[in-house]
Amino acid sequence: MSDLAVIGAVAMVMAGLTIAIGSIGPALGEGWAVARALGAIAQQPDKANVITRTLFVGLAMVESTAIYCLVVSMILLFVNPFWNHFKGG
Amino acid sequence: MEISPDNIVIYAREPIVLNATILFTWITMGLLVGLSVWVTRQLSLRPQLPPWQNGLEMVVDGICTQIREITQQDPEPYLSFVGTLFLFIITCNLLTVVPGYHAPTGSLSTTAALALCVFVAVPIFGIRQQGLGRYLKSYLEPTPIMLPFQIIGEFSRTLALAVRLFGNIMSGNLLAAILLSLVPLFVPIVMHVLGLVFGVIQAYVFSVLALVYIASASSVQQQNHHVSTQENDL
Repeated sequence: MSDLAVIGAVAMVMAGLTIAIGSIGPALGEGWAVARALGAIAQQPDKANVITRTLFVGLAMVESTAIYCLVVSMILLFVNPFWNHFKGG
Repeated sequence: MEISPDNIVIYAREPIVLNATILFTWITMGLLVGLSVWVTRQLSLRPQLPPWQNGLEMVVDGICTQIREITQQDPEPYLSFVGTLFLFIITCNLLTVVPGYHAPTGSLSTTAALALCVFVAVPIFGIRQQGLGRYLKSYLEPTPIMLPFQIIGEFSRTLALAVRLFGNIMSGNLLAAILLSLVPLFVPIVMHVLGLVFGVIQAYVFSVLALVYIASASSVQQQNHHVSTQENDL
């Protein structure tokens, strides 16, 4: 296989693997956080506002690791730095 | 397929290159400023408020309430900065319902600029509220050993702010574009609605995180005090 073919194949496989493995952790974490928040709201319904607000902020922070994986896989697929390197040189 | 509105060039003559990000940022800014100027030109104190003034007061009052609830402080010093961030991001994200509009927040340069504003605003607010010495001392707070981690944290949270907003908006747009080519009927509409919800949540999260960073830098003692009172409440 030529260099370009190797890079393309590896980039595609790794983009899939990045998003697949990278979403496991945040998914588990977010599910856990939502479950705990629902439990807390069930115990203290009058604090639901505070809990929901904190939950959203926390979810966004947990989710950011998954977003990093998404961005990395997008970079691998669409703006792969090594692609132009080997194509030009 | 364009993953960033930076690459969509609308007008190019050699010294000036106008891409979609710049154009739509200015459109959004013009919309916000124009609406505010137009509404505040005819303010009234009569019991019969003009509807636009009423709406604007609701927005500002809502932001004030949120800031007061989150920081447990007077919202006035934070209102202009955090409120502007929130209104700009939410307007960008909501205007994606207009066909042909590319949200400037879907470009890493816009979100990096916004995150840099937060990065600069944190020491400014901190030094203004507690003085240079006490602000610098807060870096040594639990122990001086933590100093490198505090500094790394400053940078990494700026990066995280920028990439989080960019990733969410960009992935929403990209998903809609991919689904449009797979299942052109109805499914993209659902994803678009979901994208709008995420846009509102991300605007909220961005401004809340900016507020938390600024507030935690500007009043360490006060916050400890409030944490202890909250514990007493429970």
